Amino acid sequence: MQPVLVANKLSKKYGKVVALDSADLELYPGEVLGVIGDNGAGKSTLIKVLCGAVIPDSGEILLDGNKVTFTSPIEARKLGIETVYQNLALSPALSITDNMFLGREIRQKGFMGSFLKFLDKKAMADEARKRLSDLGLLTIQNINQLVETLSGGQRQGVAVARATSFGTKVVIMDEPTAALGVKESRRVLELIGEVRSRGIPIILISHNMPHVFEVADRIHIHRLGTRLCVIDPKKHEMSDAVAYMTGAKQPPQD
Amino acid sequence: MNKVSDDISKDLKDQPKFTTDIGEKDQDHHSFDLGEQTTLKKIQHFLHGNPTIVPVIILILSVIAFGFIAGGKFFSAFNLSLIVQQVTIVGILAAAQTLIILTAGIDLSVAAMMVLASVFMGKLSVEMGVPTLPAIAVGFISGIATGAFNGLLVTRLRLPPFIVTLGTWNIFFALVIFFTGSQSIRSSDIEVNAPLLHFWGERINLGGFVFTYGAFLMIGIFVFLWFLLNKTAWGRHVYAIGDDKEAAELSGIRTDRMLVSIYAVAGLVVAIGAWVSIGRVGSVSPTSFYEGNLDSITAVVIGGTSLFGGRGTIIGSLFGALIVGVFSSGLSIAGLDVLWQRFALGCLIIVAVGIDQWIRKVSA
Repeated sequence: MQPVLVANKLSKKYGKVVALDSADLELYPGEVLGVIGDNGAGKSTLIKVLCGAVIPDSGEILLDGNKVTFTSPIEARKLGIETVYQNLALSPALSITDNMFLGREIRQKGFMGSFLKFLDKKAMADEARKRLSDLGLLTIQNINQLVETLSGGQRQGVAVARATSFGTKVVIMDEPTAALGVKESRRVLELIGEVRSRGIPIILISHNMPHVFEVADRIHIHRLGTRLCVIDPKKHEMSDAVAYMTGAKQPPQD
Repeated sequence: MNKVSDDISKDLKDQPKFTTDIGEKDQDHHSFDLGEQTTLKKIQHFLHGNPTIVPVIILILSVIAFGFIAGGKFFSAFNLSLIVQQVTIVGILAAAQTLIILTAGIDLSVAAMMVLASVFMGKLSVEMGVPTLPAIAVGFISGIATGAFNGLLVTRLRLPPFIVTLGTWNIFFALVIFFTGSQSIRSSDIEVNAPLLHFWGERINLGGFVFTYGAFLMIGIFVFLWFLLNKTAWGRHVYAIGDDKEAAELSGIRTDRMLVSIYAVAGLVVAIGAWVSIGRVGSVSPTSFYEGNLDSITAVVIGGTSLFGGRGTIIGSLFGALIVGVFSSGLSIAGLDVLWQRFALGCLIIVAVGIDQWIRKVSA
């Protein structure tokens, strides 16, 4: 099976610090790939390269088998790589609808839209409502509610709904449960399942081992700027993963 | 003994209640919050969602108050329409200023930009024989260019807008002195050579209310900007940038390009103000509107727009400008010294920013 996204020998140096040392990564269709690693292992640089926020010194990225390069998250997003940032990148003072369509607004048809550039607020609200209910987030009643009035989990839901709405090929989620309570984290993990069931593969970066082991199909362990190994969460214990991550134990040879 | 057992039983009673509270909170975080609200919190939330209400209330209260203090003279059609005439220029500057402040910026140079644009219009048409309309067009271009210049400095050099516009305020002012040689262009010369420049100062009488065309234009500018801010993607992006620039960037908004365009649009609005100001003042004076920068900021702040960006309405700034007008008119009719007008205005600014800070705490 052809991977959706491939990172091939990516390298990145900051001065003398090697953040990425010819790192590889493969993401297959319909899977959740967990990415774990110790602090400073270079996993956040890896993710930033994949989402376009950092330009690598060398190496290549293949999307659906085609070599792609991007110099900003906007370009990566145009190619279908959406990122749910740890801070969510939402505008709290704008409504749910405004946020979901920020930068990709729908204009009214005809003269009002093409000449006066008026927004089609109804179409956007309908679409936003549909997206949210698709993801089982119907608890949000008023689609024109301001985002700042939402709870942390609901905000995460809006950010995920936005990321999965526009012909997305890959969703990258950076620490989606880090700021949430137990119950809200649970909701977000269910949300990850919803997205996967719709056929969109996910790269999940998290420090939370139980969460990664619960939802990931494969786990990519990053160490010293490169991929140490990929393990199957059903065949390995969490304690093994931590041991590989920290170098206390040699990774399996396969 | 009794007391202790009471305490224990109270503890026991508290225990389950505590756990059910947690359960409710998890099930529906939002409605739980609402249940706990005090009246004050409700007011805070309401004002948070409707930031224009505060200036409207202040405007109504101050009109009533000055009606009592200054009597019927204040309420005369002549005086009320005079207030509108007097706030026209500051109102237009405040409209431009609102766009900048919504992006969490500030523009100290708006009045200098306006005088520079009016100098171009006056110089070209009165002294250099250029037809009036092209001269006005040059003034508009000057406004757009000076605005865009501010925007470019803010985005390219990553300097704080406060510093950039503090600098360009002085630069634009120096240019005004350079082009005019500190000489005013007389009203009578304008009337002879380019009467069109006085167009917006023409008055019409509507049943005792005397309005200049400029006052209607000011209202028109506010309505137009309201549509722009609320009905177009451009407008939504203004708010998004002021709210959280990084988030806006990650959402795919080209924030630098947007900021330059916002400063340029503000510059165009300012240039329209330049034309109106010639009609209002009659002459083109290089030293006029020296306090226009701060007056426009005052109007925006009193109008409920947050200096921290992303929050506020354009219509609020119109009310803000009117409040300033009502205060100075009311206080002078009541016979108070100008120094007390300034004193009152100062208090109003501090109260307005204080209210804004308090309202913003809702989201924290």
